[in-house]
Amino acid sequence: MSFPTSKRKILQKLFLSTLYLSAFTFGGGYVIITLLKRKFVDELHWIDEEEMLDFVAIAQSSPGPIAVNGAIVLGYKLAGFAGIFFAVLGAIIPPFVILSIISFFYQAFKNSFVVQALLTGMKSGVSAVILSVVFDMASGVVKGRDIVLIIVMILAFIANYFLKINVIYIILCCVLIGIVLTLLRSRKGGAR
Amino acid sequence: MIYLQLFLAFLQIGAFSFGGGYAAMPLIQAQVIDKYAWLSVSDFSDLVTIAEMTPGPIAINAATFVGNQMGGLLGALCATVGVVLPSCIFVTILALIYTRYRSLSLMQGVLKSLRPAVVAMIFSAGLTILLPTIFVSGTISLVAGNFKLRAFLLFAAAFFVLRKWKKISPIIVMLTCGVIELIFQLITY
Repeated sequence: MSFPTSKRKILQKLFLSTLYLSAFTFGGGYVIITLLKRKFVDELHWIDEEEMLDFVAIAQSSPGPIAVNGAIVLGYKLAGFAGIFFAVLGAIIPPFVILSIISFFYQAFKNSFVVQALLTGMKSGVSAVILSVVFDMASGVVKGRDIVLIIVMILAFIANYFLKINVIYIILCCVLIGIVLTLLRSRKGGAR
Repeated sequence: MIYLQLFLAFLQIGAFSFGGGYAAMPLIQAQVIDKYAWLSVSDFSDLVTIAEMTPGPIAINAATFVGNQMGGLLGALCATVGVVLPSCIFVTILALIYTRYRSLSLMQGVLKSLRPAVVAMIFSAGLTILLPTIFVSGTISLVAGNFKLRAFLLFAAAFFVLRKWKKISPIIVMLTCGVIELIFQLITY
């Protein structure tokens, strides 16, 4: 363990790591979490493997982007609230800068023949990417063979797509179902 | 007051998108298209496409993009702070609970019931992007001239490739779709 004593050095490393990973990582939060693990567990040895697994669980359990959540819990562990601040700052600067630039040129962008054609074709691609992800996630739910969860999935789709019920209500409703189910099942498990 | 609206809209997106990445999509759609009409469906699918092509979480990309479009850099800042603030609060609370009790079992039980609903809502948001892509009217109706055959074939081919070769990066698949469409348009131009 070579944990640096200077807080400034920790913050600096934290900021630069999340900045770098956020700028060059395509493919979503889980990829970033894996890379954060490689950096802070395997390379720097600042946190141990088991702790990192718990951090991933915390990042997944919170709402919001997984990459940002992972950066927050890591920052908090390494340097408290200052750690959170610098880790988040590092994680959001790259997408903020890139999207600001794109947004600035978006109108000109949209009227360009080449960009327009590329975007049109890419929309077919992005639809396929999203539906492929949905396919994987949905078959995961079905394979879990929990009939309650399968019904929840179907009802949530009907409520959202056909009945146009606000997604926030659907989520709150499912949180309630989850609390009730967890309490019921843990009681049943405890009685056995 | 656009800055406050941006902040509050993205605060809700940040607070309710459980499950990362695509889970934010239905919430962004609900706030940005349905509630405030800041973007059209077409702009929204452009945004998702751009977000998919650039690094960073969709929610942050969306906050920066929509914020910039509606209120310039300050708008982007308000929206981005809004979207990460719930994360900061929730993660810190969970980390505290965790260090005290060493268990997140209730939270994970809740997440388990939430996951199917999140899948359903991502599917629903995916349809919002897919239908206008392959139908001129944006709804399923097989009237002559409504069906965009080339877009559908591209979609079907991309879907097939993604299912068959899981190691291929989605970005490559999407870029290829874009280039094929561009070549077609150049030829028929």
